[in-house]
Amino acid sequence: MSDIGAEPGAADGASVAAIGTEYKFGFHEPEKHTFRTKVGLSRHVVEEISEQKNEPPWMRDYRLRALDIFLKKPMPNWGGELANIDFEGITYYLRPTDQQYNTWDMVPEEIKRTYDKLGIPEDERKFLGGVGAQYDSEVVYHNLKSKWEALGVIFTSPEEAVLHHPDLVKEYFGTIIPAADNKFAALNGAVWSGGSFIYVPKGVKVDIPLQAYFRINAKNMGQFERTLIIVDEGAFVHYVEGCTAPVYSSDSLHSAVVEIIVKAGARCRYTTIQNWSTNVYNLVTKRAVAYRDATMEWVDGNLGSKLTMKYPAVFMMEPGARGEILSMAFAGKGQHQDAGAKVVHCAPHTSSVITSKSVCRNGGRTSYRGLCKVMPGAEDCKSRVVCDALLLDDKSRSDTYPYIEVETEKVTVEHEASVSKISEEQLFYLMSRGLTEDEAAKMIVTGFIEPLIKQLPMEYAVEMNRLIELEMEGTVG
Amino acid sequence: MSDTPLLAIEDLHVKVAEKEILKGLTLSLNRGEVHVLLGQNGTGKSTLAYAIAGHPSYKVTQGRILLDGDDLLAMAADERARRGVFLAFQSPVAVPGVSVANFLRTAYQARFHGAAAKATDKTVGQAGGFSVIEFQKKLMAAMKGLKVDPALATRYLNDGFSGGEKKQMEILQMSLLRPTLAMLDETDSGLDLDKLHVVGEGAGRLAQEYNMGVLVITHYKRLLTYIKPTRAHLLLDGKIAVSMGPELVDELEEKGFDYLKATYVTKSA
Repeated sequence: MSDIGAEPGAADGASVAAIGTEYKFGFHEPEKHTFRTKVGLSRHVVEEISEQKNEPPWMRDYRLRALDIFLKKPMPNWGGELANIDFEGITYYLRPTDQQYNTWDMVPEEIKRTYDKLGIPEDERKFLGGVGAQYDSEVVYHNLKSKWEALGVIFTSPEEAVLHHPDLVKEYFGTIIPAADNKFAALNGAVWSGGSFIYVPKGVKVDIPLQAYFRINAKNMGQFERTLIIVDEGAFVHYVEGCTAPVYSSDSLHSAVVEIIVKAGARCRYTTIQNWSTNVYNLVTKRAVAYRDATMEWVDGNLGSKLTMKYPAVFMMEPGARGEILSMAFAGKGQHQDAGAKVVHCAPHTSSVITSKSVCRNGGRTSYRGLCKVMPGAEDCKSRVVCDALLLDDKSRSDTYPYIEVETEKVTVEHEASVSKISEEQLFYLMSRGLTEDEAAKMIVTGFIEPLIKQLPMEYAVEMNRLIELEMEGTVG
Repeated sequence: MSDTPLLAIEDLHVKVAEKEILKGLTLSLNRGEVHVLLGQNGTGKSTLAYAIAGHPSYKVTQGRILLDGDDLLAMAADERARRGVFLAFQSPVAVPGVSVANFLRTAYQARFHGAAAKATDKTVGQAGGFSVIEFQKKLMAAMKGLKVDPALATRYLNDGFSGGEKKQMEILQMSLLRPTLAMLDETDSGLDLDKLHVVGEGAGRLAQEYNMGVLVITHYKRLLTYIKPTRAHLLLDGKIAVSMGPELVDELEEKGFDYLKATYVTKSA
């Protein structure tokens, strides 16, 4: 069972077993680097990254072992077209001193125009454009930080966590998604940089969403973030990452890993909106484990990118665990959104719901790819999958690849899928009330994705609707 | 004041899916008039309403439709709506995910405040900026006037609505959009007597209050007790076979289509 590395339907019980086991710390003497490469991947690059971050040997060794795994693993041969990724043409790590060479002038006009239309303030634009300017929200972050700290909540970068909370990192890092899980998880293991580390102590309910946005701003967003969230027994947290504005990236590969542990009676919600520039391969592995009576919710919105392959997963490990995944994808010209979800029922009396909504237009392609697996002995499980696709024209394409593997009797698994073209009768009805064809199409599309939008925090919902409207401009007529 | 009728239809031929439904229909309607279209199913009553509203599947192959003397056929459906053409649908379609309040606000803005509205019709839109609060008040008042359950405002448009709620929603839109030409396509069908009263009374009041021209399509007399017709037309095979005063409605109700055909059509032929 893996997220990027194997097709969701492929039998792969080994890594289910691997969940919860610790990775073995390797013992590698560091080699002194004699030169530094900026472009391409090598042992030296990985060591340089580790050294820049002042990491202890155990993390550096983890990176090097992950690199070995990456080099050995074959490319996935399913999902989207990956053959054009040039691993040697990518800059895997920018030292902070390199970032000043990133200038506003390098950000493409098209993206600057979108910022204009979205009305994003200048400073924020520069940050989103990868220019890395200081930004006011730093202050907001620090104010919130002291409040969280009083509760014992840790919300920091994974780099800080490695240095200051090594026990927690050693206990959980790479246990949900081992480097050997898939080629891109291995790559991330080798070159990860940035992301978030969150620990919520027993019984603590964090009432306002933790937003990556506030924290990462001073640094580069990063191509290979690593996020680890541990929600201890009876605790609650809502983590929000990403933003609706397109993130310009000079490099064409984004490959993040997100691991989440939701302990007994706890609940975690993870909301992502991503809108990468259309040159980016967005290959992300996201997986959570939920223990007794715990709830994990993924809300995942994907816009932009050239190809996205992303299937947030919930493994329900103990009775009463619940997984819920809301996935939304929007594909325009030249884009392929291969998105979906995975739910794995490892224990009896567990339940899951997957809702997927996708929209494609102007030759774009969306695929729903999902897995619902019920392990032997996991009786009395319920799973419901609903995926709806909306096509705005005849040039676009949508496919559904649902994999259902049930190895137990007495389970309820429902799957509903629909693909529809935008309805002429709906368009006419709205136009007969004075809306232009564009306005009518926008209204139908925003209505279509409304079930996802209403799950978003208010400010995201507003931006998301605005963004859909922008994406829809000149769609019809 | 001019002698130009609100709606002038001349020798209208309309095809739907390559089949000719309207075969040379001529009709003239002024503001303040209520014309009722009578006729058996398939004679082209709804086709006429759709053709006037501008449904793309209803192809006009010959003839003209003028609104206040302007060529309606040169305009897309949305422009016609902003000019004051309104069709209360017989079976309005559901638009899931779009709340009634959001839809009504957008439609209201399009008709009276949008850039497009100002470009099409100089007589509306000069009210200046659109105020959400003002609109909200208007909406509440309109809903109250038509006895629409306020809870409907937050529901998705026509999604899971009862037949009666759908018809109320159509008339609510008529109330907010204040058309100059209102077409009611079997607005009375599927309504119980209580709802018929509310919907019929509301439509009749609005038509009078705003001096609309009204085209009513119905099989029954009941709705016409609320919206008093000034003229009645009998459609037969895609043409108006008989045009006369509202007494035609009574005759139809009492004696049926065959009698009307025998009495008027064969006589005049």
